[in-house]
Amino acid sequence: MKKYTDQGSKDTRSGFGAGMTELGRSNPKVVALCADLVGSLKIDTFIKESPERFFQVGIAEANMMGIAAGLTIGGYIPYTTTFANFSTGRVYDQIRQSIAYSGKNVKICASHAGLTLGEDGATHQILEDLGMMKMLPGMTVINPCDYNQTKAATIAISKHEGPVYLRFGRPVVPNFTPEDQEFVIGKAVHLIEGSDVTIIATGHLVWQALLAAENLEKEGISAEVINIHTIKPLDTEAILKSVKKTGCVVTAEEHNYLGGLGESVARTLSSEYPAPQSFVATKDTFGESGTPEQLMEKYGLNNKAIEQAVKEVIKKKA
Amino acid sequence: MPKSQDLQDLIVQVRRDIVRMVHNVNSGHPGGSLGCTEFFVALYNEVMELKDGFDMDGVGEDLFFLSNGHISPVYYSVLARRGYFPIKELNTFRLINSRLQGHPTTHEGLPGVRIASGSLGQGMSVAIGAAQAKKLNKDPHLVFSLHGDGELQEGQNWEAIMYAAGKKVDNLIATIDRNGQQIDGATEDVMPMGDLKAKFLAFGWDVLELKNGNDLQAVIDTLQEAKKRTGKGKPVCIIMHTEMGHGVDFMMGTHAWHGKAPNDEQLATALAQNPETLGDY
Repeated sequence: MKKYTDQGSKDTRSGFGAGMTELGRSNPKVVALCADLVGSLKIDTFIKESPERFFQVGIAEANMMGIAAGLTIGGYIPYTTTFANFSTGRVYDQIRQSIAYSGKNVKICASHAGLTLGEDGATHQILEDLGMMKMLPGMTVINPCDYNQTKAATIAISKHEGPVYLRFGRPVVPNFTPEDQEFVIGKAVHLIEGSDVTIIATGHLVWQALLAAENLEKEGISAEVINIHTIKPLDTEAILKSVKKTGCVVTAEEHNYLGGLGESVARTLSSEYPAPQSFVATKDTFGESGTPEQLMEKYGLNNKAIEQAVKEVIKKKA
Repeated sequence: MPKSQDLQDLIVQVRRDIVRMVHNVNSGHPGGSLGCTEFFVALYNEVMELKDGFDMDGVGEDLFFLSNGHISPVYYSVLARRGYFPIKELNTFRLINSRLQGHPTTHEGLPGVRIASGSLGQGMSVAIGAAQAKKLNKDPHLVFSLHGDGELQEGQNWEAIMYAAGKKVDNLIATIDRNGQQIDGATEDVMPMGDLKAKFLAFGWDVLELKNGNDLQAVIDTLQEAKKRTGKGKPVCIIMHTEMGHGVDFMMGTHAWHGKAPNDEQLATALAQNPETLGDY
């Protein structure tokens, strides 16, 4: 089984910041906006090197989304930055009308997504954002898994014409994907070959899926692991090819099981190749305060939860 | 520069277009459209510097954003008669497969429109963004926007108003259509708005008050004065007093015709008060 090593844990938001630094140097059309969270989004270097291309809007996210839409008129590529909660739920109608329906080339970059935001609690831990964003026609939805992949995604979306939702997080997590990876929007990354079950994971759950596959191997279960960094458009070809081989699937995401990656996979399977599926996701609940590890344990979003789900779903195979 | 009589003829023709479009589909918003006819005619034919043709980025020309998208009939009529798209296309307003959606959109590729509007309160932010892009592009042209007065009840406006003054967006001229009416009644009854001029001044804008927004020359003069006041560190606001339904006597000064179409008899009355000048679509 292919092994992956942590090259030194880092937060995905710093991967975003590093991507912005590179874009600041390489693409004069990229501009950044922030709603009073510069330090949290790690865009200090971009601002320092390109102050004229940075717009501090204060605590006014609705206005930020509208200004971003306006900046595209004139040829700019705006990156809006704030927490995931304030990037989506708070400004859904602004995104819907001024960005998505208007077809504007805005990159909505959302940090501190999900439970791993930790101690701030449920007011800030959005677990519904993927669902909201993937329902918008024309919106691309991306949730990379580590520092390197987030950096690569940040740069890649600048070359994609159209609105993008880029979701990343707060905590330090293993950095295991290649530094020089090519990020192809909509293309799944096959991490581990297996034959008994397909684990389809996104974001912080990808590393957990790798840990689970390692443990399952010791118990004689061969798990295939696919990293779905792009939830929309979904790489249905890669998913179907794998599930036709393994016959069952576990989806894993730091999101509500209503509306997330799991539902997109279920829709694909139910219409193309019905197969048993188990969902590792929050179960229609809000989060709470705690450390990221405690929360992921309590809400069933770690390698142990994936291993359990694998054993259950394998039993359902015909 | 168009002669004054030509613009007056255009105003009457646009008013005919508005009531005919709304009557044809028995839906749409004639009241605010009629009230803003002088503003649109002045803006697109006398005030804005416009290139031939249409491209989305609009570099090298003035831009306009309609925030209160429900007054699409006047917008469409003036755009068509300015040459953005065929005048005869006005007869597709609100019909299936039309580029002239109930509320303006870029989605169907209608030339002249740069943002979707309809859900209220979003246009000023967009106009600010476009104005910032002009500055980045070192494009000295201006950005104009129009907002309903009732629309200012949406909180996003005040985020934008604070930003525009705080960040010195001085290439923006935002006009407020102060007709005092909204769907449920007079703004004073639905949600009293207080002294709008004082509010904009307090936020740090340069404010012009236009007492009669249905007097073409007054509209032109105020817009030209507003242009002179740009580039001085402050965004410019025009509080433009208009009469909802202006030009059709039974629609004037009431919220009743905010979003209601005339019947056949009412249409005939409205058209008789606005005799054909430049040719119906």
